[in-house]
Amino acid sequence: MNYAAKRSEGAVPLSDMDQAWADLPDEDFTRLKDSARQTDAIARPSKSYWQDAWSRFRKDPLAMIGLFIIVVIAIAAIVGPWLSQYTYDGQDIANQNQGPSGEHWFGTDKFGRDIFVRAMYGARISLTIGVAVAAINLVIGVIYGGISGYLGGKVDMVMMRIVDIMIGVPDLLYIILLMMFLGNTIESILLAMSLTYWIGTARMVRSQVITLKHQEYVLAARATGSSNMRILFKHLIPNSMGPIIVTVTFLVPSAIFTEAFLSFLGIGIQVPMASWGTLVNDAVPTLFTQPYQMLFPAIAISVTMFALNFIGDGLRDALDPRLKK
Amino acid sequence: MGKAKQSLVEVRNLKKYFEVQKSFFGRSSTLLKAVDDVSFTISKGETFGLVGESGCGKSTIGRTLLKLYEPTGGDILYDGKSISSLKHKEMMPYRKKMQMIFQDPYASLDPRLTIAEIVGDPLVVHNIYQGKDRIDRVKELIELVGLKADHLNRYPHEFSGGQRQRIGIARALAVEPEFIVCDEPISALDVSIQAQVVNMLEELQERFGLTYLFVSHDLSMVRHISHKVGVMYLGSLVEYADVNELYTNMQHPYTRALLSAVPIADPDTAEQSERIHLQGDVPSPMNPPSGCTFRTRCPYAMSKCAEETPKLRDMGNGHMVACHLIE
Amino acid sequence: MKLLDVQNLRTTFHIEAGQVQAVRGISFHVNKGESIGIVGESGSGKSVSMLSLLKLLPSNAKLEADSVLFDGIELVKTDQKAMRKMLGNDIGMIFQDPMTSLNPLFTIGEQIMEPLRIHQKLSKEEARKKAIEILRTVEIPSPESRLKQYPHEFSGGMRQRVMIAIALSCSPKLLIADEPTTALDVTIQAQILDLMRDLRNKMDVSIVMITHDLGVIANMCNRIVVMYGGTIVEQGTTREIFYEPKHPYTWGLLRSIPQFSEGEKKKLISIPGSPPDLLRPPQGCAFTARCPHAMKICEKLPPQQISLSDTHQAACWLMHPKAAPHAKEVIS
Repeated sequence: MNYAAKRSEGAVPLSDMDQAWADLPDEDFTRLKDSARQTDAIARPSKSYWQDAWSRFRKDPLAMIGLFIIVVIAIAAIVGPWLSQYTYDGQDIANQNQGPSGEHWFGTDKFGRDIFVRAMYGARISLTIGVAVAAINLVIGVIYGGISGYLGGKVDMVMMRIVDIMIGVPDLLYIILLMMFLGNTIESILLAMSLTYWIGTARMVRSQVITLKHQEYVLAARATGSSNMRILFKHLIPNSMGPIIVTVTFLVPSAIFTEAFLSFLGIGIQVPMASWGTLVNDAVPTLFTQPYQMLFPAIAISVTMFALNFIGDGLRDALDPRLKK
Repeated sequence: MGKAKQSLVEVRNLKKYFEVQKSFFGRSSTLLKAVDDVSFTISKGETFGLVGESGCGKSTIGRTLLKLYEPTGGDILYDGKSISSLKHKEMMPYRKKMQMIFQDPYASLDPRLTIAEIVGDPLVVHNIYQGKDRIDRVKELIELVGLKADHLNRYPHEFSGGQRQRIGIARALAVEPEFIVCDEPISALDVSIQAQVVNMLEELQERFGLTYLFVSHDLSMVRHISHKVGVMYLGSLVEYADVNELYTNMQHPYTRALLSAVPIADPDTAEQSERIHLQGDVPSPMNPPSGCTFRTRCPYAMSKCAEETPKLRDMGNGHMVACHLIE
Repeated sequence: MKLLDVQNLRTTFHIEAGQVQAVRGISFHVNKGESIGIVGESGSGKSVSMLSLLKLLPSNAKLEADSVLFDGIELVKTDQKAMRKMLGNDIGMIFQDPMTSLNPLFTIGEQIMEPLRIHQKLSKEEARKKAIEILRTVEIPSPESRLKQYPHEFSGGMRQRVMIAIALSCSPKLLIADEPTTALDVTIQAQILDLMRDLRNKMDVSIVMITHDLGVIANMCNRIVVMYGGTIVEQGTTREIFYEPKHPYTWGLLRSIPQFSEGEKKKLISIPGSPPDLLRPPQGCAFTARCPHAMKICEKLPPQQISLSDTHQAACWLMHPKAAPHAKEVIS
C-alpha cells in the first residue's frame, strides 16, 4: 500500500488521516543532514548568451536555409575555380556562345570563356567585397559610435554633426568620382564603400551605448576604477553585440549589390576579372540571342541576397528575442 | 559614548547639484539640488544608516562619496585626507579601499560575463593576484558568500535575486576594501532573502572590520544593522544620532511620521498603534519649498518655518536635529 | 458564502527549456466581504495563480483546474471574450507599477470613463459625473480639473489612487491588488493602505492582496495564504498565521523581520539558499532544500494538507505522529 498513490484531495484533519499515511516507515522520519540539502542548487544547464542565441537561430528554418546556401556558395567560391579544368580568363574561340551543356554547365560567353567558372570566380570577388566592407564598417562604426555615445556631451555633439554632413552627400556621387580618380580596383571599391557605410552602424552603437552606460554594472566597473576604454570595450560593446551583428549582417548584401551595380555600369571590376555585376554587364549585348548568359549570374545575385537577408532576419530574432512578436 | 572613535569617512557640507536642461536650446537650465549641505562622520568599523524616501538624495550621497559623481561643493575626507578633487589616477588607491554594493541585483552584474569574470574584474583592474592565485582568490570569494566554485562558469541570469546580490558582495570584497557603500542592497529582494543578505553583511563586518554606509528606505532594517542613523528629506539631513537614541527619542516630525508609516508585521500591535499621517507628496527637488523643506507636509508647521531654514542643532549625546520646534 | 472558490489549480508555462510548473495544484477560497492576503516570494506562483484565473497570462501558459467558481460561474470554461466582460466590471485589478498600467496618451478622465461606458453603458455626461465622484472617493483633490490631466502629471501615489479609482469604478465584487504598494515610498504606502482599508469597509468589496510583505497584510486582511514553490504551504486567519504558524517556511518569514524588544537587537534568522526552479520542481515538499527541520520523507513525498481548525490548514511532515519527537525539539 503506497501512501503517495492514495493521497487524497483537500485538507483532512489529523484524526481522519488513513492507515497508509500513519504506517509510513519510521526510517523516513529521520532528519536530513544539513549538508545533504542542496540549498543553492541550480537545476538548469549553464548557457551563455551566444549558445542561447544559436539554439534559437537553429530553430528558424529560413535562416538555416540561408546559412546553408551561403556556405555552399562560399565553398564554391573558394575551391571551385581550382577544381575546374577551365580558367576565368581562358578564351576558346572554337566554343563561343555555347548553351549550357555537360562540358560547360552554364554555357560560354562571346570569347568562349566558361560562365560557370566565371560565376564561381565572381562569387569570390562579390563575397570578399561584402565581407570586407562589413568588417571595415564594423570596426569604424563600433569605435566611432562607442566613443561618441560613451563620452557624450560636446564630443558627441561634434561627432554626430560630422556624420550628419557626411550623410548629406549622395553616396553614388562620390563613389563614382572616387572610382574614376583611383581606378577600377577592388581596393578602391572597398575604400569608396568604407567612407560612409559605417554611419548606420555608428548611430546604432551610439544609441545602444547611451542606454547601457547608466546601468549599475557600468557604475560598478567605475567604482572599481576601470578606465573608460575598459568600460567601453569590456562591458558596453559586448552588450551591444547582438544589434551590432544584425546591422552588419545586413551590410553584406547591400555591399554586394552596390558592387554589382557599379560593375554593371562599367566602373567596377575590370575585365577579364569577373564579378557578378561584370558578368551581367557582359551579357547585355547577347540578352536576346543567349539569355542564359545573363540568367545564371542574375540568379546567383538574387539567391545570395535572399539568403543573406534570411540570415539577418534569423539573427535579429535570435539575438534580440524581445523584438519577436 | 565615552571613548572617541576614530573616524574613517568625514563628509563636510557636501553639495551635489545636477543641471536639468529645461528649454529646448539649453540656454536656461534648472538646478536639481540632490544633496544640499550635508555633513556627517562615519567611524571605523561602524555602520552609518542613511534613510529617506525616494528622491531625498541618499543614493546620491553614496555615489558622490565614491566619486562616481563629482561633488559640486564641500569636502570628503577619507582617513583624514581630502579626496574630493582627486583625478582618476590619484583616486586608484582609494578605489581599492572603498567599494559599493548596488540596489538592483539584475542590473548590477554584466550579463555577458561569467561569475568568475565578474568577481575577478576588480583583480584585473588593480592588477593584483596573478594566474592561478587569481583563480584561487575568486574561488575563495565566491565560497565566502555561500556559493560554490562550480557556479563560477555560469552567467548572472541563471541565479536568483539573492544569489546575484551575494555575487555583487563578492565582487565588492575582491580588493579587500575597508569601506563599503551599500546602496539599497536589500530593497529589491524578498523578505526571507533580505535577512540572508543583512546577516551576511554583519558577519563580514565582524570578520574584516568593515565600515558601511547603509542606504535604505527600510527603517527597521536600518535600525537593525546601523550604529548611527541619519534621516534625509529633500537633500538635507534632518536628524542624526546613535541608533538607539534616534529610535527611542526621535525629535523631528518627519522622522516620527516615517517610522509610524512602516507597516507592523504583527496584527495586535498594528491595531493599537497610532499613525501619524503625512498629507500629500514629496515636493519636487527642482523647486523645493522655502525655509524648512518639510513644512508643506508637516503637521506642526509655523510661519517661521517658511522664512528660515532650520540648522542642525546638537541636543546633547551628539543627537542632531534640524527643526524650529526644538529650540 | 464563497465568492471565489478555486479547486486544484495548476498553471504551466511552456518555454524553450521545457515546462515551468508555476502553480502546482492549489485550492483556496475568498468569502464575500472578506480580504485575503497571498504571501510568498517572487517565483512562488502568487501572482501567476491569480492572473491565470483571469486568463491574463501570455499564450504559452496553460491553465488546468478541477473547478474555479466565481460568484457561481465556472471560470475554467469561460472564454477570453466573456472573461474580458467580467474584468473591470465584476473584478477589478490593481498592479504594482502605476506608471506602466496607465496609458500615457489618454487623460485620466478618459481612462476612468472608459470602463463605465463599456460595461455600464453610461452616457458621456453620466460617466463624467461618476468619474468625478469616484476620484473624490479615492481622495484626489480637485477631481474636476484632474480629469483633464495626463498620467505624467500625477505623482506615483496619485497614479496608484487613479488605478484604484479605475478598478472600483464599476463597483466590482472582487478587487485583486498585485503588490499595490511595493513601488511606493513608506509614507505614500501608508496613505494607500489606509485608503484601501476605508474603501473595503465602505464599498462591500472582497479583496485579494498579493504581496511579499507580511507587514502590509497584518492589519489589512482577515485571512492569509502562504505560497512556496507553486504550492500553498499554509493558510489560516491572520491571527493563526502570525501567532500559531505551523509550517517552517511561515516561521522563517516571520523570523526574518527585525524584532526589537526594549531596544535590544536580536540576530535575524534567515532562510538559507534560494527558492526552487519550477522547471524541475522538487519531488517532495518544495521547501525541503531550505528547511532546517527537513527529514528524509520531505524529499520523497509531498506532504498532505492537514486541517487544524475550520480555517487553518498546513502541509508539513512535522505534523505526522512519527515526527513527533523531532517536532517537539523544533518548538522548544
